[in-house]
Amino acid sequence: MTGVIVLTVKLAALSTCVLLVLGTPLAWWLARSRHWAKEGVATVVALPLVLPPTVLGFYLLVAMSPEGPVSAALAPFGVRPLAFTFAGLVAGSVVYSLPFVVNPIRNAFEAMGDRPMEAAATLRASPFDAFFSIALPLASPGILTGAILGFAHTIGEFGVVLMIGGNIPGETKVLSMTILDYVETLEWGEAHKLSALMLGFSFCVILAMTLIEKRLRRRLR
Amino acid sequence: MIDARFAGRIGAFDLHVAFSAPERGVTALFGPSGCGKTTTLRCIAGLERLPGAFAFGYGEVWQSERTFMSPHRRPLGYVFQEASLFPHLSVTGNLRYGQRRAADRGVAFDEVVDLLGLARLMDRAPLRLSGGERQRVAIGRALLSQPRLLLMDEPLAALDRDSKDEILPYLERLHDVLSIPVIYVSHDMTEVERLADHLVLMEGGRVRAAGPVADLVADPALPLAARTGAAAVVEGVVTAIDAPFGLAHVRIDGAEMLVAAAAGPVGTRRRLRIKAEDVSICRVRPVETSILNVLPARVRAVLGREGHQVTVLLSLGEGGGGARLLARISARSYDVLGLTEGDAVFAQVKGVALA
Repeated sequence: MTGVIVLTVKLAALSTCVLLVLGTPLAWWLARSRHWAKEGVATVVALPLVLPPTVLGFYLLVAMSPEGPVSAALAPFGVRPLAFTFAGLVAGSVVYSLPFVVNPIRNAFEAMGDRPMEAAATLRASPFDAFFSIALPLASPGILTGAILGFAHTIGEFGVVLMIGGNIPGETKVLSMTILDYVETLEWGEAHKLSALMLGFSFCVILAMTLIEKRLRRRLR
Repeated sequence: MIDARFAGRIGAFDLHVAFSAPERGVTALFGPSGCGKTTTLRCIAGLERLPGAFAFGYGEVWQSERTFMSPHRRPLGYVFQEASLFPHLSVTGNLRYGQRRAADRGVAFDEVVDLLGLARLMDRAPLRLSGGERQRVAIGRALLSQPRLLLMDEPLAALDRDSKDEILPYLERLHDVLSIPVIYVSHDMTEVERLADHLVLMEGGRVRAAGPVADLVADPALPLAARTGAAAVVEGVVTAIDAPFGLAHVRIDGAEMLVAAAAGPVGTRRRLRIKAEDVSICRVRPVETSILNVLPARVRAVLGREGHQVTVLLSLGEGGGGARLLARISARSYDVLGLTEGDAVFAQVKGVALA
């Protein structure tokens, strides 16, 4: 059982890192750009919020299967097809949890307004410099919210894992899948343990997030 | 010289400005709300981009027909109407932000802290400052970025009366101590009269007039002289101190005035502000009067009636070749005196303020 928890946490941590690295610049672009395609991109990012995970998982499976476009694109770099691998699970989680990370960060950047960046520019800070020295610290409550939501959401992910992960112990057999296994084999006691663990974890995450965010906001306003 | 020229549309607003100003002292962009003065300042800073040109001094070309320098490459300081301090940095952190990124070190940290009275505030968070304190920090932060041109967008407009009075002396000290040229946006003529040397009068996105403050406030062709609260601004030099009576003799063009204020030692250059309503007119020199300043002058123009009052433009001296003064008198007195252009009169000045 420990192995399952470690694997799940590893998946969530890695996905969160990737989500922050990709999601923060994307959120910045969505918050600041006046590009015509902006709202279209925002809609694509938001799709996982409404799509059944099985639909998303199905398309991810098609894309990452040995004949799929992603596999074809990665093949020249010596990357084997991602379906039913840990790496594939990370990629799927990133797509699935993207709106949970991007939206709070985008909101934080939008709430900041243009003024701090303008003030930084009049103080000789290049846009790049000002992004790191001003925009990121000011958006830190939103970034924290995004990170925690992304992490928690990946931990609890089920449908997408079912479609693209399979159930390979040590590789793609995560917590939510294990609970299903226990229930199917009528090991209710084990299912209870893991479910209670998830329940406690979710409660703590949301409580901690609210408290930390409140503190950060008080410091910044 | 500072040369600015911008023309174009931002949203529904049509801006079409061009002006030159001397590179020394404070140039005020003055006009009613919505006349485009803030937009003009933002164009100068490069925060807004309109076709045009901006250059000053030797080779500081920030924008031309073909070039546009990014705001962060322009050696400017900008003070926004709301202080816009960085909330995640302390006062020190805010002050150091621009200084750390500036190429040279002309303005020293301690000097700015001293000049703006910031020593007590250094470790505080911007959140824990009053409006006036915040704005002082913002001015200090702008100065420490070592600007060659300081742009101020109504730095006092968002403050209450007390905070304004707290900051004005600091701004006057800046003017006296630092030699950085300033472009100052304001819709408050009192501020302009106290701080500015040069005035660009704006109206509906255009420049109505530009010139030295003293000339424009008393220009019969402009609305400034006829407005309520109108005042003349004259430059003078302290020539003597009459300590027992607490008076300073100040030599201005065409007259010598007695000023009841600490004007500084002999030789100090001071600006005097004389309100139109404090000046009355006599045909003959009044005798045995308590009024300190009775000055010969000539009537230069009559600026029309407003209600039951008439504003008269005078120039000082027997021949009328000196500084210009405004007098607001009752319509009845105007009719009784039968004033016409060129008449020799005496101006009785009830109050003079150091600007």
